[in-house]
Amino acid sequence: MRFDFIGNRRKAYLLSLILIGAGLLSLAIFGLNLGIDFTGGTVLQFNLGEDVSMEEVEAALEPYEELEGAVVQVIQGRDLSGEPTEEGLIIRGPVMSEERRMALISDFRDRFPEMTGDDLRVESVGAVIGAELTRQALLSLLVAMVAIVAYITFRFEFKFAVATIGGLLHNVIVVLGIFSILQMEINVPFVAAILTVIGYSVNDTIVIMDRIRENIKHRKRKEYAEVVNDSINQNLMRSINTSLTTLFVLIALLFGFHYFIGSLDLIVFVVALILGVVIGTYSSIFIASPLWLNLQEVNLSLSRRRKAA
Amino acid sequence: MKKTFNPGRFLVLVLLCLLILVSGYYAFQNAADREEGIRRGLDIAGGLYVLLEAVETGDQEVDDEAIDRAIAVIRNRVDELGVAEPVIAPQGDDRIRIELPDLDDVEQAREIIGRTAMLTFVGPDGEEIVTGANLTRARAERQPEMSPYPFVSLEFDREGAVLFEEATREYFGEPIAIYLDDEKISEPVVRAVITDGQATIEGRFDFEEASQLALLLRSGSLPVELRELESRLVGPTLGQRTEEIAASAAAIGLVLVLFFMIIYYRLAGIIAGMALVFYISMVLWALTYLPTTLTLPGIAGLILSIGMAVDANVIIFERIKDELRSGRTIRSAMESGFQRAFPAILDANVTTLIITVILFTMASGPVRGFAVTLFIGIICSMFTAIVLTRILLRLALKSGIIGSGAYVGVKI
Repeated sequence: MRFDFIGNRRKAYLLSLILIGAGLLSLAIFGLNLGIDFTGGTVLQFNLGEDVSMEEVEAALEPYEELEGAVVQVIQGRDLSGEPTEEGLIIRGPVMSEERRMALISDFRDRFPEMTGDDLRVESVGAVIGAELTRQALLSLLVAMVAIVAYITFRFEFKFAVATIGGLLHNVIVVLGIFSILQMEINVPFVAAILTVIGYSVNDTIVIMDRIRENIKHRKRKEYAEVVNDSINQNLMRSINTSLTTLFVLIALLFGFHYFIGSLDLIVFVVALILGVVIGTYSSIFIASPLWLNLQEVNLSLSRRRKAA
Repeated sequence: MKKTFNPGRFLVLVLLCLLILVSGYYAFQNAADREEGIRRGLDIAGGLYVLLEAVETGDQEVDDEAIDRAIAVIRNRVDELGVAEPVIAPQGDDRIRIELPDLDDVEQAREIIGRTAMLTFVGPDGEEIVTGANLTRARAERQPEMSPYPFVSLEFDREGAVLFEEATREYFGEPIAIYLDDEKISEPVVRAVITDGQATIEGRFDFEEASQLALLLRSGSLPVELRELESRLVGPTLGQRTEEIAASAAAIGLVLVLFFMIIYYRLAGIIAGMALVFYISMVLWALTYLPTTLTLPGIAGLILSIGMAVDANVIIFERIKDELRSGRTIRSAMESGFQRAFPAILDANVTTLIITVILFTMASGPVRGFAVTLFIGIICSMFTAIVLTRILLRLALKSGIIGSGAYVGVKI
């Protein structure tokens, strides 16, 4: 079976442009739903050991004025045998001092005597931390991209590097765009997921680039469009198998986190990874490789013109 | 071409596979051990993470020495809790990072660290005499002959000794209150003029209470104020549940991967499975014995490296299939398949390695955790794909159990 990827590249470009456009638009208008890791704030998660009405919870929170406007949410986990555990309570609000947090916990203990001692989570992050993390991650990524360009230029050529970075940016923008549209709350694990998306996309692209490099070397008559299309086709089963096997692990994790724990942070983390693998596989085939071809064609026509002049 | 069966080689292959499985079993057993195994981050095992910022107070500015003393004080408090492997380390110029994984009582730990200890000795008229900065030592001591009660001995530095001498002269017979922050922790009455900076606090306490007071006094020589920037506390049950679920899900995912590989690549799939088991045990050994902490971002790095490990095998097998389809014998297809797969595997892995090194040197915290596991994962995966898969496939070929392309899933 042989597919004409290159012949249909305009359709793929169009699809990606729509995805990127919609993503950027949503990012510009709605932005990302940043969690406390980025904005600063407090998250309190308790297992009250019994089902409690929202009114009771609100009454318990009443004396804590700093939590006004906090979001209170009930989550349901399961133990390993699939039995539902007691409902958990998640409170998300602005930064609270350590003393107030501890006071709140002991308050809750008094009010809800069934509350379990060690099934809780209390996180408080200053706004400065999230900003630092983002800046650090962005800066190191920038340096990493320069290094990738240098390495690929050294081992392949500059155009391969541009195409790889193009695919990488495509993947990151699309994943960020989808999270902006879905407005799922993102926290630190999301940063790791985006880094993974980048790693996967580079890895996936380079293997196809390697095929292109090899096929060019072995061919006498250089029809680049054909070479690229052949390379993608030769590599197709590998692309599919690798993404499938990675997805097996990820889907098992998604199911586990969703069904048993119900923690949104963990779900967001795995969803981002799944999107990254799917989009990364797509872009290596439909975006990065054709992009290289376009660069190559532009290059050729330029040098032809130079010769003519 | 049908190969003849070579029982010697086959035996070596089987033994090698058994060895891999046994080492995998032990690697897993070792890594899973809560005390000796992989150090789990608090996001998957529960525990406490606190990032503090030192702020200068009055005459004490924030320098390396002040941070060191603050760290010593915190370590002292944490040691009292008996935490297995606490991390209390400076970060940047003015920060202290505290990581206490696998704690039973996270709330108590948070409270003890949170106590910003500013110790002051205050006269009955409310005048500050001396602060904890001048206190060099505080220790609980037993005093068996003279009195049934233990006492706390204090030692001031030279400046403190002068100040304290003046105070004990001025307030003779009156109480001096000792405040830790706003809390009065002791109020001894002055019974002697202290000239050498060596004082004692006596009272009707038992040794444990005396030790507690001495500890609070020591903690009070904390010279700078510590402000909380970030605090994450995860109860042990919640953390353990995450860990169990993640481990089970990963195991199920890996079994699916193995099934898929075996169905698709037949005998070569079994060999890839062996390589994968070996890869995982290598990573587990590395994580167990290197000073690393496994966190959620770290798991992301591991998943990526598992993907890349499988990818390397898939690239090799697809190449071998290509070579078979172009009419080569299984033996030469295997050798040239490996050769042709090599540059792709190398370049893909090296590029990712470059990313991990840059992330590791430039970033901190969660991003760093990601980089570390990914780095370890890539090294292990390259080794298994390039060395182990090759050894196993060659052995399989020489033992005669791979006779034709059908054994790697090619119909010819």
